[in-house]
Amino acid sequence: MNIQINNLNHFYDGSKVLSDINLEIMDGQILSIIGPSGCGKSTLLRLIGGLEEPSSGEIIQIGSPPLDSLNAMTYIFQDFALLPWRTVEENISLVIEDHSLSSEVKRSVIDDVLDRTKLKDFSYALPKQLSGGMKQRVAIARALAVNPAVLLMDEPLSALDSQTRELLLEDFVNLWSRKPFTAVYITHNLSEAVRLGHKIIVLSRRPGKIIETINIEKPIADRRLIDKDLDEYQKNLWNIMHDEARAADAELLNV
Amino acid sequence: MSKKKYNFNSSNNRNINRPVPFVGKGFKPKSRRWMGYFVFFIIIAVLELGTTSGVISSLTLPKPSDVLATMIELFQSGLLFKHLVPSTLRLIVGALIGISLGITIGTLIGLFSYIRSGLVPVVAAIFPIPKIALLPLFVIWFGIGEGSKYALIALGSFTPTVVATYGAVDNVDRTLIRMGQSFGLSWISIVYKIVLPGAMPGILSGLRISLAIAIILLVAAEMLGAEFGIGAYILEAGSLYDLERLFAGVTILSILGITVSVLVTMLEQKILKWRV
Repeated sequence: MNIQINNLNHFYDGSKVLSDINLEIMDGQILSIIGPSGCGKSTLLRLIGGLEEPSSGEIIQIGSPPLDSLNAMTYIFQDFALLPWRTVEENISLVIEDHSLSSEVKRSVIDDVLDRTKLKDFSYALPKQLSGGMKQRVAIARALAVNPAVLLMDEPLSALDSQTRELLLEDFVNLWSRKPFTAVYITHNLSEAVRLGHKIIVLSRRPGKIIETINIEKPIADRRLIDKDLDEYQKNLWNIMHDEARAADAELLNV
Repeated sequence: MSKKKYNFNSSNNRNINRPVPFVGKGFKPKSRRWMGYFVFFIIIAVLELGTTSGVISSLTLPKPSDVLATMIELFQSGLLFKHLVPSTLRLIVGALIGISLGITIGTLIGLFSYIRSGLVPVVAAIFPIPKIALLPLFVIWFGIGEGSKYALIALGSFTPTVVATYGAVDNVDRTLIRMGQSFGLSWISIVYKIVLPGAMPGILSGLRISLAIAIILLVAAEMLGAEFGIGAYILEAGSLYDLERLFAGVTILSILGITVSVLVTMLEQKILKWRV
């Protein structure tokens, strides 16, 4: 399933946050969106997933999600959004309880995602017992449980320390290599963007519009933490973003 | 080692080794359980000494040992349960009605804008009324018997529960609700699996206040018209100026209050295990 965004504009209380966005999200690919803080990238993600309605323009699903997908557009949140009163397993089962699945099917779905995210040993732990990285793994497992057509990730690694971030990046790459998924990956971190994105779009400061689109041909599985090919991209991106970021930073001071 | 020994002038004197002084002392509240019992013990001991020696006249305060003897007698004669059972029953029935209605209405206020706009002013208007003032009205509505007492206690525990509940529902983490919506959970699932458990801490701390108010109203209702009950017992002792029995009654109320508080704490520990 592809997603196409045509001439999208969005306003909050009369002020424009997104301006003339046109883009296509390709099936089986990861699209990274980067931009300075406050540029409307999280808003764009909420619009794509239907948590908000665009002021004008359209967001179209081309083709239908796979039949076994329980929730086509599925988010992974920056702050994990786990229910603290439910164990790891119960947090995952939350999102499939509303569907009429037999208990064996539910059991096998939960076991499968726990296995894929290496959380087998933690299934009865409460969120308060888990580290940040583990919490985000649970959120990833929960997202995988509904077999999403598109994963919408809103700075999923921003709340984590840099080593945990690296570990989870590897996990994302492994998950994608084993079974390619479609994803939109919002981040303000250039190295995350170039590690995961097949396509990277750069948004300007508010009102956000697309100022650059970059395609990276190198297969995701071959990209490394220290990688000369990616360095070039990262340098280019930073050159594009530098002035925008500086202007956005100065803007906040005037508020 | 006193401070005078330190040589502050020669900063380059390498021969002096001294430990870094510990400055992080205090400002750390710790649980000192025995202190509570100790204070109780001291108060009672002072009263006992004062009343036996005659420093405190027997018209001012009763002797603690006499109060204890009265309580033991009350227990042995079976009169204690004759008073305690109807009181406890009134408390349970009244508070149960008030609290369950309060949680229901409070949740509805928290969830629906129209209900909120309609009922919040009504609740604000009812809250500050001293409910005891309404007892004559309740006697006419619900009869002189148990009905009016249940109604009084229910109304008294209803208003604080409503306020605590809708406040707690308002405070449920919105990102959790958005998460539920983004996964396509049904409205009813979001309410039962996200909103209500998330509001539980606030509801339970409201429960403490509601139950304390319920006990106060229980005694008030029993004072205004009951044959048996802790309130009736205290009223009778008071009109006879029987200080031992008066204090025995007050002690029983105090114990009732502590018991309720302990029960709520146990409930909190069971339901809110997940809290950090």
